[in-house]
Amino acid sequence: MKVLSSYQNGRLTLRLQGELDHHEAAAALRKISRVMDDYLPRDCVIDMEELTFMDSSGIALILKIARLMAETGGRAWVENARRQPLRVIDASGIDRLIQISTAARS
Amino acid sequence: MKQRNYIKMEFPARSVNEGFARAAAAAFAAQMDPTMEELGDIRTAVSEAVTNAIVHAYPDSAGPVQMRLRILEGDLLEIMVRDRGRGIPDVKQAMEPMYTTGGEERGGMGFTIMGSFMDSLRVRSAVGRGTSVTMKKRIKTKAGE
Repeated sequence: MKVLSSYQNGRLTLRLQGELDHHEAAAALRKISRVMDDYLPRDCVIDMEELTFMDSSGIALILKIARLMAETGGRAWVENARRQPLRVIDASGIDRLIQISTAARS
Repeated sequence: MKQRNYIKMEFPARSVNEGFARAAAAAFAAQMDPTMEELGDIRTAVSEAVTNAIVHAYPDSAGPVQMRLRILEGDLLEIMVRDRGRGIPDVKQAMEPMYTTGGEERGGMGFTIMGSFMDSLRVRSAVGRGTSVTMKKRIKTKAGE
């Protein structure tokens, strides 16, 4: 998988591309932590439009990002989640903790 | 129960094989003509089961992980993932949501996901001898849709 990041006006956008599993999660988290340290964003958007698959490793990653943001008083949310990642999110119950918006198309 | 088709495979407990295992499972299940959603559920459940074996079964080595898929009568897909690793002392506790002994890249949701995406989930384990996870899912026929 790939993580592309962009930053504007206090908002960090993380675009996740490809498949997010345990094999990919550690490297993705390292990259995301580094980008967060560089920008110290106020908001963090996790854009999942191009994420075609994730398992519970994705849940752990989302929670970790939300925790890192909360440490500096910021917040994180998920945008454009496709159908399969959304089913995993629903089953995990983290939509009670984090705002999730879905993709217009799946 | 009569089986109509099956595959068996074995690979070392290396995380690079997680993607291969779910792709192989999806390719095998495709002959049952599942919906996109069912196929996504199968890939997800396999990913969780195989990742558990890779993360937990063999602390110091990349021991063997076996995966078997069977198509049974009644459009039933059975997936078994088995290892010969250290085993789980308390299966009931391990299956509780958020329980984890893995690193921070695992959230303890694996069994919860497997259970909610498949129709049945059975975990057998013996300390020092290994663990097997067996899951079944009925693939609904599309006829009449």
